[in-house]
Amino acid sequence: MDNPGVVGAFYLLAGVTVLSSLAVFAVRNLLHAVVFLVLAFVGMAGIFITLSADFLAVAQILIYAGAVSILLVFAVMLTPLGDRNNANSLFVLPGVAVAGGFATIVALVAVATDWNVLSEDDLDARSFATTIADIGQALLGPYVLAFEVASVLLLAALIGAIVLVREEERA
Amino acid sequence: MTFEELKPFIVPGLPHYLALSGQVFAIGILIALAKRNAIAVLMGVELMLNATNLAFLAFARFVPNAADTPALAGHVFVVFILTVAAAEAAVALAMAVLVYRRRETVDLDRLNLLRW
Amino acid sequence: MRIPLLFGMLLDTAKDAPESFPSGTRHRVVRVPMPGLRLIGLAVLAVVIAANVGIGVIVVGGALDDQWYDFRDLGNTMDGLRSVLPECMASMGDTCVVPGAYVGYLTAAILGGTAILSFVGVLLVILVWSERRLLARFQVRRGPNRVGPYGLLQPLADAIKMMQKETVIPRGADRFLYYLPPVIVFIPLMLLWGAVPWAPKMTYVDLNVGVLYLVAVTSLTTLAIFLAGWSSNNHYGLLGAMRTVAMMVSYEIPISISLLTIVLFTGSLQLTDIVRWQGEHNVWFAFLLPLPLFSFFFSSTAELNRSPNDIAEAESEIVAGYYTEYSGMKMGLYLAGELGYATATSAFVSALFLGGWTLFGLETWIPGYLILGGKIAFVYFVLVWMRATLPRFRLDQLMAFAWKYLIPLSIASVVLVALEVTLFARWDVPGVVPLVLFAIVNFIFARVAMRRWATVLGYQPELQANAPVMTSGIGGLRAARALRQAEGTR
Repeated sequence: MDNPGVVGAFYLLAGVTVLSSLAVFAVRNLLHAVVFLVLAFVGMAGIFITLSADFLAVAQILIYAGAVSILLVFAVMLTPLGDRNNANSLFVLPGVAVAGGFATIVALVAVATDWNVLSEDDLDARSFATTIADIGQALLGPYVLAFEVASVLLLAALIGAIVLVREEERA
Repeated sequence: MTFEELKPFIVPGLPHYLALSGQVFAIGILIALAKRNAIAVLMGVELMLNATNLAFLAFARFVPNAADTPALAGHVFVVFILTVAAAEAAVALAMAVLVYRRRETVDLDRLNLLRW
Repeated sequence: MRIPLLFGMLLDTAKDAPESFPSGTRHRVVRVPMPGLRLIGLAVLAVVIAANVGIGVIVVGGALDDQWYDFRDLGNTMDGLRSVLPECMASMGDTCVVPGAYVGYLTAAILGGTAILSFVGVLLVILVWSERRLLARFQVRRGPNRVGPYGLLQPLADAIKMMQKETVIPRGADRFLYYLPPVIVFIPLMLLWGAVPWAPKMTYVDLNVGVLYLVAVTSLTTLAIFLAGWSSNNHYGLLGAMRTVAMMVSYEIPISISLLTIVLFTGSLQLTDIVRWQGEHNVWFAFLLPLPLFSFFFSSTAELNRSPNDIAEAESEIVAGYYTEYSGMKMGLYLAGELGYATATSAFVSALFLGGWTLFGLETWIPGYLILGGKIAFVYFVLVWMRATLPRFRLDQLMAFAWKYLIPLSIASVVLVALEVTLFARWDVPGVVPLVLFAIVNFIFARVAMRRWATVLGYQPELQANAPVMTSGIGGLRAARALRQAEGTR
């Protein structure tokens, strides 16, 4: 974990992710916000790679940057021009307070807790060569019920989305 | 201070990843709370889910797993979160479009039918 | 199609072009192709091939292996750098903040990145020329043949022209989103070329998740194209963008499913593993999985916005689709990106379905990248051929084709392949026998299922025109020359 490539990549990607998430909050135009959100997702995928989670990094790009972002853009397009600003509601100050407090608490807890982490050697041994086969085994082994339920959930979401936005046919 | 002394602070470990996850989650909360547009709120929720994924993966990487669970249990969790996030995005955006059709706005401050 | 004709299409000298225009006109022929240049070109080609073969024979003593055999091999260069540089750095002692191994990685990364960038750049220059040239031959024209020998310098002239043009930004355009897409479109292209497996150790990045990586990276362009169409504040642009997104989202599904059939056989998502599997079993997936090949290839043309699926920029319907409002080098970037994607897709079709660097044992004698290069050229030629031959689909036809035809058939073939893989794992006979059997079964399945399903969906062959009659007399310049002679005699 202590090689300079990973260290540099972590800080670079963390900076990109946090800054572009902030930009999602700050920019005025909703479509620009979507673009920055995609950048945040891609940065997050890079951070997944530093955690040697190659499969999930690619899946993250495929699902978030490829699919969810398109959905978001479409939703923005289907709503009227006047609503395409990224305006704030009345909750900005409470929001900032809650978010700041949350971030501070999480950071303090993360630093102060004495985590039961693996030793350096174990960490090196655990830099997963490839995770795909193991994830597949786990999904169809101990977690097969959840896997099946997830497929039912996806089907339900598919049908639900179609039913929701279907135009009633007028005779 | 030499490099060796600084090393635990500089080299990213579990606290670094958790703090980053917390920050992104906080920004997600901020966006979800402070935006008027329903779609922007959804973006905040997506960011929060992403931050959760990061925390799961960090734990899967750094913390020894319990005896009877596979080493990649955290990864499996993230797979399910990704699935649910995709489904949720599809349904929520469909609802946003539907709300716009009925009420001609997606401004959450003006969706106040239930207010008394 | 006769092979000599195929090559002759590219390098046909303009023998019967007028040497000069009639006197009295102010036009002059800028450059008449040098006679005998074809010979020079062939000689250069022969020398290159001979040098390659010679190096292979001399350096390796007959057989190329996986070792440090060859200075041309980028992958080996990377490996060598990674192993050599840490030793140099180790002499500096513990004061060194940056351990040496990573200098090796960094150098290798920079070198490899530069190599890919320059490779794609050169490739685009050649592609512009060869595509125009081939299209012209298909349409019984000559194509660019004025600037430089055989018109080879035409792409340079085009590029200079495009760079000089003014970039016009439409009024009301969203500037940030208008400038972004031409850049974004190029990033996935480079990422794709980085994953091409040229030879056993000659891959810039050999990812464990290679196949998934392909799907993920190509899905990134959708957003760029959509933003391009939206931000230019133009109805045609928006229409093109909407069409692109609808098409790309639909056609990602058959692509993924047909890749799944391959992964079922190989049990690995790594591209080199997939190529190696084909080499070991001496079978290409094109023979083994004809239906997924069709599905993948057709869906790829949709993802690439190429004919017959180029409805996103259908110039006879919506001007130029998503890049209607782009001009100058920005439009050039879109055009170049399109060509680059087409060749990258050809590379992956070759690697996944046509055996990559393997050629039934010949790969021990011929460097892998030459074999793969030949396959890429062939697949790219097929793409140009399709562009010149097939008419464009309508949008609704295209969507129906994806959802009602390709996806059900692909899913059916996944079920079939899963059965076969289970059989293959338990069947205790030499690998060739079941594979030949599977190839026959899959071919019959593809033929019958495609036909039957089309009938079920309402395709009525009896209402269509008869199959086109192949007339050997019709075709290209030969026919034109014959016609001209016939007219002369009359």
